[in-house]
Amino acid sequence: MAHVDVTNLTKTFGTFTALDDVTMDFPDGGFFALLGPSGSGKTTLLRTIAGFLFPDRGAVCIGGQPVSAVPVEKRDVGMMFQNYALFPNMTVADNIGFGLRVRRVGAAEERRRVGAALELVQLGDLGNRRPHQLSGGQRQRVALARAIVTNPRVLLLDEPLSALDKALRIDMQIELKRIQREIGITTIFVTHDQEEAMTLSDRIGILRAGRVVQSGPPRDVYNAPQDLFTAGFLGDANLLEGHADGTHLVLTDGTRIELPVRPGVFEAFAVRPESLTLSADRPRGAGINAIPAVLRQRIFAGAMATCIAERAGQSFKVVARDRDMPDLPENGEVWLSWDRDSTLTIPHAS
Amino acid sequence: MSALAYRTLGLIWLGAVLFFLYAPILVMAAMSFNASEFYQLPFRFSTQWYARLADNQEILDAAARSVLIALCVTAIATTLGSMASIAMFRHEFRGKRLLQVLLFPPIAIPWLITGTAMLIFFFGVGLGRGTPAVIIGHVALAIPYVIVVVTARLATFDPTLEEAARALGADAWTVTRRVTLPWIAPGIVAGALFAFAVSFDQFVVSYFLSEPGDSTLPVLIYTAIRKGFTPEINAISTIIITLSMTVMLIAARYSKFGGDR
Repeated sequence: MAHVDVTNLTKTFGTFTALDDVTMDFPDGGFFALLGPSGSGKTTLLRTIAGFLFPDRGAVCIGGQPVSAVPVEKRDVGMMFQNYALFPNMTVADNIGFGLRVRRVGAAEERRRVGAALELVQLGDLGNRRPHQLSGGQRQRVALARAIVTNPRVLLLDEPLSALDKALRIDMQIELKRIQREIGITTIFVTHDQEEAMTLSDRIGILRAGRVVQSGPPRDVYNAPQDLFTAGFLGDANLLEGHADGTHLVLTDGTRIELPVRPGVFEAFAVRPESLTLSADRPRGAGINAIPAVLRQRIFAGAMATCIAERAGQSFKVVARDRDMPDLPENGEVWLSWDRDSTLTIPHAS
Repeated sequence: MSALAYRTLGLIWLGAVLFFLYAPILVMAAMSFNASEFYQLPFRFSTQWYARLADNQEILDAAARSVLIALCVTAIATTLGSMASIAMFRHEFRGKRLLQVLLFPPIAIPWLITGTAMLIFFFGVGLGRGTPAVIIGHVALAIPYVIVVVTARLATFDPTLEEAARALGADAWTVTRRVTLPWIAPGIVAGALFAFAVSFDQFVVSYFLSEPGDSTLPVLIYTAIRKGFTPEINAISTIIITLSMTVMLIAARYSKFGGDR
């Protein structure tokens, strides 16, 4: 096991800058998610850490050793690919044992460790099957077993769950987390699914246009986004348009709302959909902000419901448990209210 | 037209194709067992042409030489062609497109012209005529076929598999041997069969490049029928066809060449 450091990584492809001076550290035993839209550089960063790509500038260190010039086959990393990449000409056991055979551990030792890995991913008796005889979830487990059986220093996952349907994906998320905890391996995974990133990881890094815009524990990043991009990318955010005036924000139509008392200079303000409450009458109370709006749409989604309300040409999204969402007529007047302290205060407008 | 008419027409078409493909061969095979030297009917069964073949040292030598040359050509062209295909599959390099384009005109250039050009060239570099020149010439003709077939197979190969193997610690040779080659093996077998066929069937280039008294079987057959056709030629041809069709059928069975079964 080892911690991973990348410093000042820059990587260009022709005129396209995929990584722009990225510095990050991935602590030993942590589960780190790299999250960003396509083209943000998250996959390039993962492939540079793996050793498939070499940076134009900057350094990659694994366990304190510089490995920037070491190719992937000598880096001792475990990698799991989006399409599983199981060898079609080999059985499940031979797939898992491939890395051990390359390392010449001996037949008995290989059998023992492949058996243990199969147990770990709960595929005990499928060793003799071929990859094409397995379901998507089983292939996933084989790919994971193959990646960790050599005890690599770091586990790299490239959108590992995106090919699975939703129910199976949630099962695999739980499974992946269990196995990662059990063996305590430093894990870095790339995803564009923000929910998956928050569920699995203990730290996330948000990338945009080749730069890391913010990193930290998911809850911190979610509750205190440092720019508007992060606020809108990790979860949803209703932007409050207006200008700050001391402890208040003056909305474009002149309505004054209260801001939380926090140190710092902020350039933008927003409210999460789940922080908003929808009601027919104006709620009152200390520290409660309320603005009038018109209810446009109510969307039922099982346990949760989403309402779209409109105010001065701007639409607001409200999310609540369906049973907590009041049943109000569409196109009627409503109030949107929220606790002053749940307002997101964003230092950089980006 | 009705479905039945289409079906009938289709069957007639298929029958005609098979007839024109195989009828001449079947006639030749039949005549190799006919006692008459002048293809006279009625047919009287005899194996005398096969017996006489065993005494014809010239034909046996030429056949052995043809097989030997074809085996050398197959080994060289299949190795070089497969390596080239893998290199072009894995790497982007300057001039790759140009190289890919330049590989195919030789297939379309008439063999007569290729043969003349090779003859002039081999004399120019001091190699002259002879078996080495024939082998080099055949290899040059066969490589594009191997590359076409192996590249087609590689197009179905997922390059992530090579990345997965490298991430597991495999060096370039292990990746090739354990992951890439097993997948493209059917393509390599098919490419090898093409290379063998190109060399074994080759007449024009062989005619230009082989020395008199040192000719391959097609060249010898050509020379022989100019002097006068004997059923011995039918006999050797029938043996060759039986052998090569057996090889092809076995290869097709194992390589799924020509589609899945």
